[in-house]
Amino acid sequence: MAMDAGTIEKLILEAIPDAIVKIEDLRGDGEHYAAYVASPAFEGKTRVQQHQMVYQALGDRMGRELHALALQTSVPENK
Amino acid sequence: MLWPCKHPCRKTNRKDLRKINMENVLFDRIRKELEENDIVLFMKGTAAFPQCGFSALVVQVLSTLGVKFKDINVLEDNELREGIKEFTQWPTIPQLYIKGEFIGGCDITREMYETGELQTLLQDKGINIAA
Repeated sequence: MAMDAGTIEKLILEAIPDAIVKIEDLRGDGEHYAAYVASPAFEGKTRVQQHQMVYQALGDRMGRELHALALQTSVPENK
Repeated sequence: MLWPCKHPCRKTNRKDLRKINMENVLFDRIRKELEENDIVLFMKGTAAFPQCGFSALVVQVLSTLGVKFKDINVLEDNELREGIKEFTQWPTIPQLYIKGEFIGGCDITREMYETGELQTLLQDKGINIAA
């Protein structure tokens, strides 16, 4: 069970349209990814809430098709 | 107690009720752990023998900080393994709680440790850390 980086990016952008998303396939196996997501929508939210927004975008794929996703979120500095 | 109910139960099937009942019992158990322990880590494996790299990393952070924590191995309890995800509304394990507050999983814990936020948070909550 694997997922390609493009699908992850698409799902995140569908839920958070103004996000800047960078996906890295950590091991080249299509199972271990790192995602960097920056969006003005994260403003005023805690890290937990920011990550929850990304997890929600991925729905129940997290932990199933998507085995591991290291996540880092931020608010872009120059809006 | 789910029975007797005041609302019409016929619409709810028995399977749903069993699930609700199970969650109630399980969530109470989780709440109790969070009340009784300042720091609780839901993880795969134990602090002495983590069985997942992400869980191991959080154990390492907590050990470096020299704080005591209660490790709860979700691999020993499938109900808990799924239930804690519902409870926290968080899809992955490990999950770190400090004084009943959900802090995050592996990524957030590491990030907060690196920026020093975790240390500040622990001190603010009156938990001593190793210098």
